[in-house]
Amino acid sequence: MAKVHTIDLINLSKKFGEDLVLDNMNLYIRQNEFLTLLGPSGCGKTTTLRIIGGFENPTEGKVVFEGNDITGLPPYLRQINTVFQRYALFPHLNVFENIAFGLKIKKKSNEEIKKKVTQMLELVNLAGFEKRNIESLSGGQQQRIAIARALVNEPKVLLLDEPLGALDLKLRKEMQIELKKMQQSVGITFIYVTHDQEEALTMSDTVVVMDKGKIQQIGTPIDIYNEPQNRFVAQFIGESNILDGIMEKDFKVWFLSKEFICVDKGFDKDEKVDVVIRPEDVEIVEEDKAQLMGIVKNVLFKGVHYEMEVQTNDYTWKIHSTIMKDAGSYVGLRIVPDNIHVMRKEK
Amino acid sequence: MKLSKHGYFYLIWMAIFIAIPLFMVAYLAFTSGDSQSISLANFSLENFKRFFTPMYLEVLKKSIQLAFISTIICFLLGYPVAYIISKAKLKNRNILILLFVIPMWMNFLLRTYAWLTLLGKNGIINLLITKLGFQPLDLLYNDTAVLLGMVYNFLPFMVLPIFSVLTKMDNSLIEASWDLGANKLKTFLKVIFPLSLPGVLSGVTMVFIPAVSTFVISSLLGGNKTYLIGNLIEQQFRYTGDWHFGSAMSIILMVFILISMALTSKFDKDKEGDVSGLW
Repeated sequence: MAKVHTIDLINLSKKFGEDLVLDNMNLYIRQNEFLTLLGPSGCGKTTTLRIIGGFENPTEGKVVFEGNDITGLPPYLRQINTVFQRYALFPHLNVFENIAFGLKIKKKSNEEIKKKVTQMLELVNLAGFEKRNIESLSGGQQQRIAIARALVNEPKVLLLDEPLGALDLKLRKEMQIELKKMQQSVGITFIYVTHDQEEALTMSDTVVVMDKGKIQQIGTPIDIYNEPQNRFVAQFIGESNILDGIMEKDFKVWFLSKEFICVDKGFDKDEKVDVVIRPEDVEIVEEDKAQLMGIVKNVLFKGVHYEMEVQTNDYTWKIHSTIMKDAGSYVGLRIVPDNIHVMRKEK
Repeated sequence: MKLSKHGYFYLIWMAIFIAIPLFMVAYLAFTSGDSQSISLANFSLENFKRFFTPMYLEVLKKSIQLAFISTIICFLLGYPVAYIISKAKLKNRNILILLFVIPMWMNFLLRTYAWLTLLGKNGIINLLITKLGFQPLDLLYNDTAVLLGMVYNFLPFMVLPIFSVLTKMDNSLIEASWDLGANKLKTFLKVIFPLSLPGVLSGVTMVFIPAVSTFVISSLLGGNKTYLIGNLIEQQFRYTGDWHFGSAMSIILMVFILISMALTSKFDKDKEGDVSGLW
């Protein structure tokens, strides 16, 4: 028999009035996994998290925690803790009292509370902050206190609702690394909600891409990036060139009035398809090796690479290249078969 | 200190309507003589000495007692009402709070007179009691009637600030409390109530001050049985003509209110005891 998952979401649907926010969602989450729900706002990711936390009840479906149905169980009876989007620290309590809140509810002894709070403050690099007022802390510090307040209860699962959204870019990057480290050191399941695809790719073991209340793709960050399953995922994760194509037969795809060799098969003859090509997968080559010719419209220097737009007969390509070409120059383009991703059109 | 044009206007307004009258009251309180010839008055502590005698102190004690009890009753009634209304759906919430406020649009005296016809010897309540075959009760002209009048008139001032604080409370704080294992009761005791204290404090202030200084409610519903400091002050100005003694009592009452407010605000850590957001 297969190992019991930490959480199973079974046929989960949620309606707010007439709005279908979650549409028959199925997902399982393994122990110690860092799973990210990724999607644009309104895709249902926060609702999913709130259903797992017990703050919303699903209209249909079940939430199963370690094999037990917990649908309808109030949040205070779940072994799950949450880091809220705006931290939701208690303004009438100081740092120590905030972190100790859950332990005091559980009637732990004073020594134990003191010991655990001190440990937690060390974990989040805020040792000595016990007596500080919440309002005197910076956004990043409040963030850490919110994480400490949740983790001190030793939950089986930690839910994080866009916890880094309010921080500036540099702090966000630091916190991404710290959060990942914390997750590995405490060894619990993290379910993380974000609309930032880079954040999702950096931290997660598994990324769940959602749109319109449905899961679009589940996979490792590498899978999601390299093998997007549909046009939405390709567009949402990273930058893409997406072209209309026709699948002539296996390993032969036709787009921009040209035939290309690819590695995809199993389509109907002459099926209309989406062709996705990542900007870094378009090579700039000499004319004699080129499959397409185009004129460079503009060039931006981005540090590691140049970002350019190249106009071919019918399409403007986004290209990332380490080769510098001036705007207006005539260049050859080539795409190797491995980098041409063919996917079925959505109905 | 730099002031804008409006700032100066406000300063003048304050001088005319607050500083000068207050100064006049203080001047009268610390002088004695004929009220009609203010300029000839002499400095004197006579008025204060006169007040600190058992008869007058008894009146002060009673005023504070009744104001204190009515504040507590207003709190006990008002908090649950404010809480229930704040939890209602937005549409119903506005209707409910409107229902609470509408009586306040009617004249204060009229509303208090209404209780006379309800509680009187031949009032509506006694009419019902006698119809049922019981002896009529003395409902009017006692402390209970005065308390009833105070609670009835000042209850909205308790409900509104508490309601205002509760509706503005960040719901994620309540969810955070549940999330950390606190059930609904513990969440109320440890999060919702402590966070609503600024509203409670405003409510207490806004009920206690008018209750401790009222003379209309006590003279209408208390007759001559319930004689409060407000009545005493009124009497000095309107009937006895001893403005000096009246002013001295006003000052004493003011000092007393200031002390009790200072004590109350000590309970409020953040010192947010203002009525902001409501008026």
